[in-house]
Amino acid sequence: MPIATLSIHRGGLGEAPRRDAFEIGFEPGESILDALRRLRVDRDPTLAFRYACLNANACKECMMLLDGKVVYACTARLEPREMRLDPLPNKALLRDLATVIAPPDERLAEGGSAREGLAREGLAREGLK
Amino acid sequence: MNMTTKSAADARHLEADVLVIGAGGAGMYAAIEAARRGAGRVLLLDRSLIGRGGATVMAQMTVAAAVGPDDHWEHHLADTLAAGRGLSDPKLAALLCEVGADCILEMDAWKVGWARSGDGFAAVQAPGHDRPRCVYVDFLSTGPAVSRALRAQVQRVGPAIRRIGEVAVTDLVVQDGAVTGAAALHVATGEALTIGAAATIVATGGLTRLYARNSASLNMSGDGYALALRAGAVLQDMEFVQFFPIGHLAPRLIGMDPIMWDPFRYKLGGRLLNGAMEDFLGRWGGDAENGRYSTTRDLATYAITKEAEAGRGSPSGGAWLSFTHVPEAELRGAFGPVIDRLAANGIDLTRDAVEVSPIAHYHMGGVRVDTAMRTNVPGLLAAGEAVGGANGANRLSGNAITEALAYGRIAGAEAARIAASGETPAFSPAAASEAVARLVASSRPMNTAGMVARLQRLMSRDVGPFRTAAGLARASQALGALRAEVGEAPPGAPGVAHDLARLDWFDLRQMIPVAEAVVQAATARTESRGAHQREDFPETDEAWRLNQLLELRGETTTLSRLPVAA
Ligand SMILES: Cc1cc2nc3c(=O)[nH]c(=O)nc-3n(C[C@H](O)[C@H](O)[C@H](O)COP(=O)(O)OP(=O)(O)OC[C@H]3O[C@@H](n4cnc5c(N)ncnc54)[C@H](O)[C@@H]3O)c2cc1C
Ligand code: FES
Repeated sequence: MPIATLSIHRGGLGEAPRRDAFEIGFEPGESILDALRRLRVDRDPTLAFRYACLNANACKECMMLLDGKVVYACTARLEPREMRLDPLPNKALLRDLATVIAPPDERLAEGGSAREGLAREGLAREGLK
Repeated sequence: MNMTTKSAADARHLEADVLVIGAGGAGMYAAIEAARRGAGRVLLLDRSLIGRGGATVMAQMTVAAAVGPDDHWEHHLADTLAAGRGLSDPKLAALLCEVGADCILEMDAWKVGWARSGDGFAAVQAPGHDRPRCVYVDFLSTGPAVSRALRAQVQRVGPAIRRIGEVAVTDLVVQDGAVTGAAALHVATGEALTIGAAATIVATGGLTRLYARNSASLNMSGDGYALALRAGAVLQDMEFVQFFPIGHLAPRLIGMDPIMWDPFRYKLGGRLLNGAMEDFLGRWGGDAENGRYSTTRDLATYAITKEAEAGRGSPSGGAWLSFTHVPEAELRGAFGPVIDRLAANGIDLTRDAVEVSPIAHYHMGGVRVDTAMRTNVPGLLAAGEAVGGANGANRLSGNAITEALAYGRIAGAEAARIAASGETPAFSPAAASEAVARLVASSRPMNTAGMVARLQRLMSRDVGPFRTAAGLARASQALGALRAEVGEAPPGAPGVAHDLARLDWFDLRQMIPVAEAVVQAATARTESRGAHQREDFPETDEAWRLNQLLELRGETTTLSRLPVAA
């Protein structure tokens, strides 16, 4: 079985970044996402990355850098060599390989008081009654 | 409980008239309709990105709707009821067929881009339909196009609909027997969130993540079933998990969803062959297909599994699917760009057969609702795959998206009415305090990803399409052990960005009771029907023309039976 070495950016915003290296055997044809998901099950469940559709390439959530180039983790194939994985550079970092990719108007506003948002924007509920 | 107590007033809070949980086809249609019916503050949440997280965006094939000149929704209804093997709720099925057709036409006005033929829509005839009735968007783009059109329409509605992604709802909030909102984990920040709403719609999709081999996304943990069950709602037909017979098995295929062979079968027929390259469907009760795709899902699942068990499977334990008899020009004409994507995976269909086997795909069962999509709990509605009833023991291909759209529209209208009526109590933070305490609790590290994988393996082994009393008992025991291991508090601490180990814990808390519900209902149904096949009770028993209902009474889930609604 061929072996890939994944060198992965670890850490969150404001933490000193570090790298972890994982050696992982793979079946030819498997994707980076296949390996990351297996790493979570077998080695480190705290590893953070984004994905939803597993490998259909429909959700477009799994973008990251492979050796400095933007790829979909679910379509980039594993190779028997060192592969460097990093979060998208132009997006705010969440943790490890996960970044903030939702459009700004589809995020929960940062900070905010305990009762914010819709209460300000819309009709007060009492007003409807 | 090993939790820090913290007041719910500390959690961030949002208020809405209508809360929609899940932004797939059902959730987006519900939000649009609620706003159209006057709800001023619709909140559309998804645990992933809006319009991208669920099954809708993944659907590559077709949508069944009686929109052709020679069709009528009553014909579609007759086929739906026949496929349901006697267990469909005819009123819900009728809504799927009638309202669904309207939604397909409305989606056309929203520029979804249904493929055309002459003056009308192009349509294919999928197995179980009496005529060509399944519209689609080329090439294999139906789901993405549906999602895109709905999301664009949601945006066009404007500020009445607020969309927020990365919010995983963990509990519904119940006050005096009514649902008044929800508690949620904001995945991006790891913080707790509460939402107050006059009406709440569960549009969270299905439960395929319970199985190791499944066709849908990470987000299909059956959350909606667990949320509704805990809030006092009734679930029905939980034993009926649909396995898609020809899920891709080998060689490893990436960048395409594993059920993409179905449209090939519609358009080109194709041949299902055993390990010795022989036709075998006939051996298990199928008809000779003669190049036409005519075998229903439950029968194909049965035939492929049995043929492999008899030692005649393909090398990876499934069956071969071959299009080698189809001329290359015809392959290209039907699937142009897809042929190139296959080539990138090293697959040349003129030369190579591929291996396929059954894969968890859809859930017929779900939350029990009336014809307005209301559950028995005031303030709580459901829509889409989260709903049980319309498809009985087996679903026709193409009916799921139609169901999502139609039920979304109906639920949205009813939720707007409820919000305007003021019939539910206003959200009280005290009622959310237990849920919030769980969201801000801390505990020791746990390999929750490994626990999810274990759950998937045990469900695949013992609660797949073929079941026995012994296997179900083993699954029940293993789920009990897993439940104990999961415990009462999530690993780690709150406030960590994108903490998947913690999210998996909240997911396990939903997946375990949902898996137990499937096991409990499957154990009780001592017959075989549609997607539920008991090897120890292989016959269909007329006396079992009953729906099984599940509800939570105190700590125990109780099962009851009801004759199928007329
Ligand atoms: C690969 C594939 C192909 C298919 N092809 C077809 C087809 O061709 N024709 C057809 O009719 N049907 C098809 N189906 C079935 C059909 O796609 C689904 O049944 C239908 O799209 C379900 O729509 P929905 O809106 O109910 O759920 P979904 O589209 O699954 O949306 C549910 C949403 O809820 C979110 N969610 C879940 N839990 C939570 C929570 N706790 N908090 C917040 N959000 C949550 C999810 O992230 C997701 O975005 C296919 C399914 C799959 C998987
Ligand atoms: S996981 Fe969905 S596009 Fe890669």
